[in-house]
Amino acid sequence: MEYFVQQLINGITLGSIYGLIAIGYTMVYGIIGMINFAHGDIFMVGAFIALITFLVLVAIGITAVPLALLIVLIVAMALTALYGWTVERIAYRPLRHSFRLAPLISAIGISIVLQNYVQVAQGARVKPLPPLIHGGYTLFEGNDFAVRLSNIQVIVVVTTLFLMVGFSFLVARTRLGRNMRACEQDLKMAALLGIDVDRTISLTFVIGAALAAVAGLMFLLYYGVVDFFIGFLAGVKAFTAAVLGGIGSLPGAMLGGILIGLIETMWSAYFSIEYKDVAAFGVLIVVLIFLPTGILGRPEVEKV
Amino acid sequence: MLRDNEPSKPPAFVAAAKEAALSALVAFGLFVTLIGVRTDQGPTGALVIATRFGPLAAIVAAVFVAAFIRALVFRDATVISLGRLVPPRVTAVVSGLAGYAAIAFLVVALVVPVLAYTNRYYLDLAILIATYTMLGFGLNIVVGLAGLLDLGYVAFYAVGAYSYALIAQNFGLSFWICLPLAGILAAFAGLLLGFPVLRLRGDYLAIVTLGFGEIIRLILLNWQDLTGGPNGISGIPRPSFFGLPFTAGENGFAATFGLKYSATHRVVFLYYLILALALATNWFTLRLRRLPIGRAWEALREDEIACRALGVNTTTTKLTAFALGAMFGGFAGAFFATRQGFISPESFAFGESALVLAIVVLGGMGSQLGVAVAATVMLGGFELFREFAQYRMLVFGAAMVAIVIYRPRGLVSTRTPSVFLTEGKVIPAAIVQAARTETPA
Repeated sequence: MEYFVQQLINGITLGSIYGLIAIGYTMVYGIIGMINFAHGDIFMVGAFIALITFLVLVAIGITAVPLALLIVLIVAMALTALYGWTVERIAYRPLRHSFRLAPLISAIGISIVLQNYVQVAQGARVKPLPPLIHGGYTLFEGNDFAVRLSNIQVIVVVTTLFLMVGFSFLVARTRLGRNMRACEQDLKMAALLGIDVDRTISLTFVIGAALAAVAGLMFLLYYGVVDFFIGFLAGVKAFTAAVLGGIGSLPGAMLGGILIGLIETMWSAYFSIEYKDVAAFGVLIVVLIFLPTGILGRPEVEKV
Repeated sequence: MLRDNEPSKPPAFVAAAKEAALSALVAFGLFVTLIGVRTDQGPTGALVIATRFGPLAAIVAAVFVAAFIRALVFRDATVISLGRLVPPRVTAVVSGLAGYAAIAFLVVALVVPVLAYTNRYYLDLAILIATYTMLGFGLNIVVGLAGLLDLGYVAFYAVGAYSYALIAQNFGLSFWICLPLAGILAAFAGLLLGFPVLRLRGDYLAIVTLGFGEIIRLILLNWQDLTGGPNGISGIPRPSFFGLPFTAGENGFAATFGLKYSATHRVVFLYYLILALALATNWFTLRLRRLPIGRAWEALREDEIACRALGVNTTTTKLTAFALGAMFGGFAGAFFATRQGFISPESFAFGESALVLAIVVLGGMGSQLGVAVAATVMLGGFELFREFAQYRMLVFGAAMVAIVIYRPRGLVSTRTPSVFLTEGKVIPAAIVQAARTETPA
């Protein structure tokens, strides 16, 4: 029981990170109907930018952890958002009227570029960061097993919740959110009604990348290591989360993220840790076959 | 161009400079952390940083210059089309030559071992290119003809390789019996995956095949008893020349034909083997395209809904494409195993799938010659720029993006249509005359 609760806590933390990445997939898919295959690598770039910013801050003498983290968060979000914007501008916008699979192929190309760019620029070895946030609470003990909730886990989950609420507000209440929803329903009609579609799509990528940067920072703080390849697996799992929750649905992305986090953690805890990625991919396949619209998604109507 | 003369507009180069400055600013933001600062592991194990402002400045300056030129020269074009850069006459000559290119290519491919007999390095490169051409042909059936994006093609390659290795080692069967078995097993893997997932839409299918490819790799990695896990399988039997082994002994190939023993014999044999396999795949694909099933594939690629409306069974059509593509992947895998003599899960990572996909995309999806050219250009390029090995994947990813944007039909876009009119329609002169007089305005 204690072991289970501990895994539950770990799973929800991991799931929050996946959920933040999944939002980027779900929003882009909702608006232009493409799988932004490079989104996982944007997350990886975000983690690297956060790491480097933090090291630079330490080097110039800002060592107060809360202040440093706040600056790192802002810088990482801004610079990663710039990556999101650039990728959309260079690799996806020219393909908006191309053949069906063109954006996906282009996205795979971008994914390869980003991975190798980071590998060339920063080296292939893993980058460790000593734990910055210490401490935690012991919730309860029993059977010689203490259930711990660490501060970093609290921070990850609370940040995610805060961003989710803020982002839902943005989509539901602001002008940009309304434009995004209009574009999601019908791009051409939205354009006819005077919505700047290109700008809306750009901003969608920018927001998705900024959220991925937050996920990258959380990943860095939680695990303490990053390398140039983390984006691939995290990307596929976050995509699975988006599909599981119902692609195009924001609460779905979060729900899917937490479910995937839980499945992965429980699988590692009770079955086998070697096959934990197989579990994630297996879930993806099973969901797509039996529940292609996801838990909270709307069925998609194909039109000629 | 008219706009330039209007007095209210600022001069063209001022506007261009402004745009270029903005691009440079974006470039600075992109590269300031990842290029401008280098992280290294210090003596204590903690990360230390070093600034690297020289390369950063160089990149930003390069972006500025490129954006400036682009804004001045191509100010009206949102996308620089390659057609504008290449005069039409050149294009016409190139497409005129394309007909002979295939034959020339084949002739060169056939004489490679003669030309490079003494140079093992070139022979190995030629074998590598032929292997990827074969893989490209196989994937071309799935992606180019049927329009199904398969990101896990390497899984079938792996199934073929491991089938061959395990069957040959455990049952002692010869290469020629194992080869079809490997193909059948790979095709079976294709069916197994295809049955449930082929109802999915294009991009979902792509992700599922990616997942499948990774699952296969993870199983190969973790099923230690069968596959040897990360250590792989070594000592895989080498192929024989229809029963004659390539050894120095009395029953060897060299002794039987009265030749002096040379290790090159086997390499040359392997080269012709993979060339024959690739050509067989090519021939098979070309024949299939003329069959109803081939036409159904191409129709499916163009419009799935129309296909369904016309009564094409989309599931079985996709399934055949998938299984056949997988089968050729399996053949290539068996060849790979017998050539290397050693296989491990490392050889079957996602990067391989991406490479084969890039070959098909660069070659122009559906074009057989294009695949061969793309495989040669790409793998030859990799070897040529060996000292820049760390940059090659970077260039290759960028090339993939550039091709999809600027030449979506690939480098060689002269795909012969599968269905065409055998005789030109003759329009009587009287009708033409009548049409002319009717519409004078």
